[in-house]
Amino acid sequence: MATIEMKNIVKKYGDGFPAVNDVSIDVADGEFLILVGPSGCGKSTLLRMIVGLEDITSGDMLIGGERVNDLAPRDRNLSMVFQNYALYPHLTVYENIAFPLRLAKWKDKDIDAKVREASKTLDLDEHLERKPANLSGGQRQRVAMGRAIVRDAKAFLFDEPLSNLDAKLRGQMRTEIARLQKKLGITTVYVTHDQTEAMTLGDRVAVMKRGILQQLATPRELYEQPVNLFVAGFIGSPPMNFLPATVENGEVTLPFGTFPLPADKAAKTEGKGLLMAGIRPEHFEDVSVIEEGKLDSTRTFAAHIDVREWLGDQQYAYVPYEAEAKVQDQLKELARESDSDSLRTQLVVSLDAASSAAEDSDTTLFIDTDKMHLFDPASGDNLTVGL
Amino acid sequence: MKNLKGNLGTILGCALILIWCLLPVAWIVSLSFKSQEAVTNGSPGFFPSSGGGAGWANYTKVLKDDQFRQSIINSIGISLIATLLSVILATLAAYAIARLEFRGKKFVLTTALVIAMFPVVSLVGPLFDMWRTLGIYNTWPGLIIPYMSFTLPLAIWTLSAFFREIPWEMEQAAQVDGATSWQAFRKVIVPLAAPGVFTAAILTFFFAWNDFVFGISLTSTDKARPIPAALSFFVGDDPFSRPASVLAAGAVVATIPIVVLVLFFQRKIVAGLTAGAVKG
Repeated sequence: MATIEMKNIVKKYGDGFPAVNDVSIDVADGEFLILVGPSGCGKSTLLRMIVGLEDITSGDMLIGGERVNDLAPRDRNLSMVFQNYALYPHLTVYENIAFPLRLAKWKDKDIDAKVREASKTLDLDEHLERKPANLSGGQRQRVAMGRAIVRDAKAFLFDEPLSNLDAKLRGQMRTEIARLQKKLGITTVYVTHDQTEAMTLGDRVAVMKRGILQQLATPRELYEQPVNLFVAGFIGSPPMNFLPATVENGEVTLPFGTFPLPADKAAKTEGKGLLMAGIRPEHFEDVSVIEEGKLDSTRTFAAHIDVREWLGDQQYAYVPYEAEAKVQDQLKELARESDSDSLRTQLVVSLDAASSAAEDSDTTLFIDTDKMHLFDPASGDNLTVGL
Repeated sequence: MKNLKGNLGTILGCALILIWCLLPVAWIVSLSFKSQEAVTNGSPGFFPSSGGGAGWANYTKVLKDDQFRQSIINSIGISLIATLLSVILATLAAYAIARLEFRGKKFVLTTALVIAMFPVVSLVGPLFDMWRTLGIYNTWPGLIIPYMSFTLPLAIWTLSAFFREIPWEMEQAAQVDGATSWQAFRKVIVPLAAPGVFTAAILTFFFAWNDFVFGISLTSTDKARPIPAALSFFVGDDPFSRPASVLAAGAVVATIPIVVLVLFFQRKIVAGLTAGAVKG
């Protein structure tokens, strides 16, 4: 067990392109840190630099207080689970798990005890004599984890370990990994592109984009206080709605109307021209399901619902709107950066399951501007962070 | 009905190909059991006619012959050593070509190919002179060296293709698990490339075993002469009539090791050994 400190880590490839640019992250002992971002953001490269499979161009990597920049992977005593598991197909499950111990020249008796212990933890007892080719995806995944936990490594590193599993198994294994990590209490760095995994597993989450660390915070903080447009759009599903907005006289003007804004938020954003307002789907509600007397009628607007998705416990409604070309371009750029695609400018709102709002009809919606964030459209910075 | 017809076609096709391929072999075997008289008299039957059969006489004659026995030992020794060295060198070279980035990688590969394309005969003259100067004419090394250099290119190409198929992650996983580069190579990569190693070994052995040109021109006595060359020198009791049936017996004996080798290694060349390493 150890801390992992990354200090101004830079990775440049031959063409001078920085895949990872000046990233500094301290991972505390026993912490579960997630590296998340769209493909090509440098998260896997960073992980491979921790384990030693990639050279570090500049900066310091400290594991347990010791600088490891120039140490070979085998001398760093870390264990890693690869995306495609990388099991040794010519060895049985038992020998796969025992492999690191055999390399470390342990005694047969000790190896046996350790392997049995790991296999028990991961429920692999009945598969020990089988070859990886005869195992299912989930079982292979567990063998890969067994190989990682069998020796007392300083930290676990996971490189998108669940991306090859089907959705149901992924959910189960996610819980399993969380449980295992809590039980063993070992420092863990986990790379994923899936924001659900990031939010559910991590003590802290580092969001990266194009090699640059955007925000390092707890999942709740990322969700509620994103520092910029990218983080706001990347975290959350369905994603945050972005709308063109202007703030004047304590009121915010959106394409749907003008609504009062809390004084502290208004103070920071007033008179700054066209801004980008970010508001999550759950901060809208169908007026008809809000109790009488609790409704603030200054914050309602009429909307035309285009498509409605009923999920049982809640429902999503889509409200298309027209936006200026400049705003549309920016929204497209944002969507592209987070690996998604926005075809049209629309508002996604999450309504109570009891709402009877119908498709292709007009409904009055409530908008909770207290929870709204306002972003500078040029820099993408959140102007209302912490408010 | 249509199915049966299709099957019939397949069976017929297979039978034709088998006959085409095996007839010469069968004829040699048949010949080796005929007596010398039956051959000179022109007994055309496939099975030795009554009285024309020689039983195992030809084989005992061949195996009792000192020259022939020595040439078998030469052939086995030379081919095995050449195969072993060639496969070891090719494995290391192919691994470097598949995995490492170094200057002149393309050059090595193309040079290897060029060597493979060189006509063997054109090198015999120079080698003959060189070997006599160096004093390795008519020795085992004198044959092992050319065999190696002619089989290395093919072995390198085959093996580097196999190495490229093995996912990088296997090796990286081994390194993270605490292996040195050499350990990762020996404990993970080589076992996974085993089918390729055996393929290369068989091809190399074939070349060395079947070679005639080097065998006959770089040797002068039994000391290093391999079987194919020895067979051509085989003259029995009467120098003026070549003992066809005894030669046939010798040819059969020379074929047996190859057949045994293929049957033995065939089991090792299991395709899809890497299945299950990574999610496909």
